[in-house]
Amino acid sequence: MVDPTPLPPVAPAGVPAPGPVPGTVPGPVTGPVPGTQPGPPTPPDPTAALSLRGLWKRFGEKIAVAGIDLDVPAGSFYGLVGPNGAGKTTTLSMATGLLRPDAGSAHVHGTDLWADPVAGKRQLGVLPDGVRLFDRLTGAQLVTYAGLLRGMDRDTVAERTAELLAALDLAKDATTFVVDYSAGMTKKIALATALIHAPRTLVLDEPFEAVDPVSAANIRDILAGYVASGGTVVVSSHVMDLVQRMCDHVAVVAGGHVLAAGTVDAVRGDQSLEDRFVDLVGGRQSTEGLAWLRSS
Amino acid sequence: MVAQFVRLKLTLMGNTFRRSVWQTIGFLVGALYGLFVVGMLVVGMVVLGTDDPALAGSIMILVGALAVLGWWVIPLFAFGVDATLDPQRFVLFGIPQRRLLAGLAVAGVVSIPGIVTALAALGVSFAWWRTPLAVLAALVGAVLAVALCVVGSRATTTALAPLLESRRYREVVTIAAFVPLVLVGPAFAWVGSQLGEGPVDGDAVRGMVTRLAEIAAWTPFGAPWGLGAAVHDGAWGLALARLVVALVTLALAWVVWDKALARALVTPPAAGSGGRAKGLGFFSRFPATPTGAVAARTATYWLRDPRYSGSIAVVPLIPVVLLVVGGGSGSGIFLALAPFTAWILGFSISADIAYDHTAFALHVSTGVSGRADRWGRALPVLVAGSVVTLVFAVASVAVAGRWDALPALLGLTVGTLLVATGVSSATSARLLYPVPKPGDSPFKQPQGAAMATLVAQSVAMLLVLALSLPFLVPGLVAILADQPVVGWVTLVVGAVVGVVVLLLGVRWGARAYDRRAPELLQKVMSAA
Repeated sequence: MVDPTPLPPVAPAGVPAPGPVPGTVPGPVTGPVPGTQPGPPTPPDPTAALSLRGLWKRFGEKIAVAGIDLDVPAGSFYGLVGPNGAGKTTTLSMATGLLRPDAGSAHVHGTDLWADPVAGKRQLGVLPDGVRLFDRLTGAQLVTYAGLLRGMDRDTVAERTAELLAALDLAKDATTFVVDYSAGMTKKIALATALIHAPRTLVLDEPFEAVDPVSAANIRDILAGYVASGGTVVVSSHVMDLVQRMCDHVAVVAGGHVLAAGTVDAVRGDQSLEDRFVDLVGGRQSTEGLAWLRSS
Repeated sequence: MVAQFVRLKLTLMGNTFRRSVWQTIGFLVGALYGLFVVGMLVVGMVVLGTDDPALAGSIMILVGALAVLGWWVIPLFAFGVDATLDPQRFVLFGIPQRRLLAGLAVAGVVSIPGIVTALAALGVSFAWWRTPLAVLAALVGAVLAVALCVVGSRATTTALAPLLESRRYREVVTIAAFVPLVLVGPAFAWVGSQLGEGPVDGDAVRGMVTRLAEIAAWTPFGAPWGLGAAVHDGAWGLALARLVVALVTLALAWVVWDKALARALVTPPAAGSGGRAKGLGFFSRFPATPTGAVAARTATYWLRDPRYSGSIAVVPLIPVVLLVVGGGSGSGIFLALAPFTAWILGFSISADIAYDHTAFALHVSTGVSGRADRWGRALPVLVAGSVVTLVFAVASVAVAGRWDALPALLGLTVGTLLVATGVSSATSARLLYPVPKPGDSPFKQPQGAAMATLVAQSVAMLLVLALSLPFLVPGLVAILADQPVVGWVTLVVGAVVGVVVLLLGVRWGARAYDRRAPELLQKVMSAA
């Protein structure tokens, strides 16, 4: 169901970056590189943790995701970056079974997620962005609920819930209702619900939003340890610095397309990821306007 | 500034139409209905005013006073009735307080209830069309009354906002508010029966209305509505006095609002101290399976979420209502108690996924099976519902002294509970309609949802009715025609039909869920 026909080569238009970035294209880039769209689509990679092919979604008039191909290698710490409205959340929703794509496929460790959702979802831990939680439950109840929904047994759930709450510094708020949590605590408890069943792959949409620096550092440690032990993590973020430091792979998404994908070093070349991102996405304004804003 | 606020309000109203056709249709239906009611009211008052000006004046005062009182009090229960122009949102603009107040006051009229009140108030003034001077006075009174409505409601809500901020308080108040609302109908019925029974004729009613109106006209709520009547009677002193009462009230309300707002703007809403619960509650008592987990979560929500516990609070009132409506324990209507309650309870889960709102994403991302989801939601209702309805059934038979009707009644009750639950389980996986969001007041119907809700609920109700016919007919025959044998038939048929419909409904709902869970989530999200 790949539908590459209505794909004007938007990506190349964004790619002509001014600076000399010779390392980008020939480097060790995994996944389809922008500019390779013509030609038959490559089959999904069964070894990849996540393998997206030709994902396509439109909402009414607006095409949110216009044919995204992406391979997330197993064991990688993968960053998904893009400006607001780039289609990050839509892509991740389609990759985790929350939103049915109009076209395209998503494979999780070789399982076609949309053909066999139960098997696919079992391997995924998901932290969606912008959804509520069952916030009339206490923190401990919510994490327990997620574990039991996954079909885990009571003792394991209880043990892991206690450990997760301690690791995320929520132990003393375990009996507080989630509705009374702060934004950062809510993020953390949602993360705990995604971790409880020890998934092979974690997909986290904006996991660090509103989280305080200490908790963010703790979460990074947890995620790094998880990747070191063979797990795969996909995070979306606006914070380039964080992605550059934390992730080993990155994909830049804008306007529903992948503009660049590969290891962080390959994508950024000799620039910082932030500069490379701005080059790719464009839209930087010269600061000559707004003269009246200068106070002198 | 005032013009800007009004324009902002109109833009906000206009934008809601862009979101969905249903909302637009719902709004149009609501607007037409409002216009119709206002039109009937005005025509009625003008006719009555032509015929019997004194009575018209009294009625105008009484109804008007109730309207003002409603404006002042209802927002306290149904908090956030109109928060589109929440003053908190203008904090950072540095608008001078006086202008802010004036803008908010005028913009407050620009809402459906505001416009309806204004149209009605101005329209009924023409009941005095034979005395132009009285029309003029009534128009002044109408403007004052509308101002009192808007300013007064703002004053009470803003002044009591610190109390309303506390989530716990809000929830308690909201649930408590169900009690008077449920009892309003029976109260009217009672008054009606009191008046209707004795040798009371029109004159007595008239006397009572006049006396009540005389009192009401001195209250801040009724005073502005009495202006026209006073001028019509040529009682200039009385008119002046009523004018003064209205003006003083308005000024007081304005000052209270002003002061409360000044304080509210520098004290941003603080998160109240959070509630706590011990242990895992139902989660440690129910089986550790996905179905058990969903059931535990549902049961917790029945007790903790005001949108659910509001319906629980209503259940004990059903017998009271039926007793009053039926005019005593002897009537047959009271026997409807148990089946009626069973129907309400079975229906209560028909919007369950909409009530979850986007938290439903957890069910989708964890890949819960449709079976677990459906049974988990149905079981708490079935267990609690069967206990309550069986108690009700036995109690109503005992009260009515109709032990012979017990088998038929049990058949009706069990059948209705099972059928309604089964139909709810099936339809709620298919038909989603907007409901109050988590944390909102249960009274707060999402704008323009009326039509979609009506369609979805009618479909489900017709289904329940059609599927209940096999035991409804013999049940009624047994009870109304005193046929105990048919009663036993009802019991058997009710149980069998109920179980079959429940099993089929849950299975059908589970299948629809398995196929369409992501689509359900999208529907809930787009309604957000």
